[in-house]
Amino acid sequence: MKYNWNWGVLVEDPYLFWLLSGLEYTLLLSLSAWVIAFSLGSAIGVSRTLPLAWPRKLATAYVELFRNVPLLVQMFLWFFVVPELLPADLGRWVKRDMPFPEFWTAVVCLGFYTASRVGEQVRAGIQSIPRGQYIAALATGLGWMQAYRLVLLPLAFRLIVPPMTSEFLNIFKNSSLALTIGVLELTAQSRQIENYTFQGFEAFTAATVLYLVITMIVMLSMRWMESRTRVVGMIGTRR
Amino acid sequence: MLKRLVLAVAAAALAASPALAQELSGTLKKIKDSGTIVIGHREASVPFSYLDQNQKPTGYSLDLCAKIIEGVKKELKLDKLEVKYIPVNPQTRIPLVANNTVDLECGSTTYNLTRSKQVDYSHITYITGTKLLVKKKSAIREVEDLNGKAIALAQGTTNERAVKAAIEEKKLNVKVLNVKDHNEGFLALETDRVDAYSTDDILLYGLISKAKTPGDYIVTGRFLSYDPYGFMMRRDDSAFRLVVNTVLSDVFRSGEIAKIYDKWFVPMNVPMSETLATAFQVQALPY
Repeated sequence: MKYNWNWGVLVEDPYLFWLLSGLEYTLLLSLSAWVIAFSLGSAIGVSRTLPLAWPRKLATAYVELFRNVPLLVQMFLWFFVVPELLPADLGRWVKRDMPFPEFWTAVVCLGFYTASRVGEQVRAGIQSIPRGQYIAALATGLGWMQAYRLVLLPLAFRLIVPPMTSEFLNIFKNSSLALTIGVLELTAQSRQIENYTFQGFEAFTAATVLYLVITMIVMLSMRWMESRTRVVGMIGTRR
Repeated sequence: MLKRLVLAVAAAALAASPALAQELSGTLKKIKDSGTIVIGHREASVPFSYLDQNQKPTGYSLDLCAKIIEGVKKELKLDKLEVKYIPVNPQTRIPLVANNTVDLECGSTTYNLTRSKQVDYSHITYITGTKLLVKKKSAIREVEDLNGKAIALAQGTTNERAVKAAIEEKKLNVKVLNVKDHNEGFLALETDRVDAYSTDDILLYGLISKAKTPGDYIVTGRFLSYDPYGFMMRRDDSAFRLVVNTVLSDVFRSGEIAKIYDKWFVPMNVPMSETLATAFQVQALPY
């Protein structure tokens, strides 16, 4: 391959600053989206197991809609199509006057998409608990809400820490798709460095390493949390 | 005497032909060995390199490349040369050429000195520059009018840098939306997300010609940059470059270029500029 390597560009001004600012956007975007994904996803997951028909149907429809459309397409729809469907004034505000429109659009899109996946994990967690627990909880005189709050959810959330870790890792990686609507996150900044210096291989190597560092940190802290919240005797513990 | 001369020539030819085959290296060798030439094309650079209604790559650059492919086939004495088309975008075009994926990039790429550190270029095939595309009803006519407004720029283009430099120089307050290609930039302008889109003026005319309501848009402003186009190929491969440039010089010299130019640019009402006509003349190198 004919290529002139130059690792020095990575620490040159302004390219180092670009990489760091990309890292900052990746973290902000992923964490903000995770707030939506986790809270909305939990609600969806719980709704899918409720004994009430309407919330269950709505939640199922939500999951099927958001899980089955490619994230890239969703980004495009949220950014270019949704503002056109809003009333003219509101649409104009979203497109022009809203602060950081690309960023917030990406947060909403990524959050809603991941919520559908988180919802499935929560549902799986709840349904993996033997039905006897729920029935026993009702038998002790708890209402269904209390049974969820005091018996099912504390167990379910502990059970799903490992698959939740995967979803949390995915949100960092999926955040790179925000570059298609103009958010200058880590991948976009690596491209930008390539465009200015034509040292693409170095820039993308740096991005790869940064993504790895982020995901390693997430993995280790989730593992720590898993061991901290473990209920001895209940969930996959070595007694 | 004559017989000896014929024999000598035949012997020389016999001796020379294997040597000639051995001399092949780099891209020409790769093409000969694989029987395939890989052409990089763009998807939305009208009228240079884009996908037509049948999703086939077409355009001014691809017409010129078809001539080059013929030239390569003749040079390598191949009966059959398969052509493989690979779509590229401003971000991928240089790595794909550098890493041996694409042999010749037939797009709308500005020939500049920084890029020449990674890739080589053919002769200049077109000359343009950065301008602005705005809606007719807006008051923007020059880059200065963008103060307080928003503009979309395609990441990785020379125009992005030219416009950003102009903004910085004039200390304007302009919001920049990064888009990934010309279509998306135009969509942002069409939906009023931005007030202007900027790229090479000829591409802006191309975008207008494909718009739903071409009458609503105008190309405006002075040239913010000088953008000569060339086809990219691998660096340090003068044998392949010579074949490419020989074909282009032939096309420029024979006047065939005028026909190809008219086919693509006359429908857009863009006659050949004096600068471009001179460039073709200058690059029509003799044998």
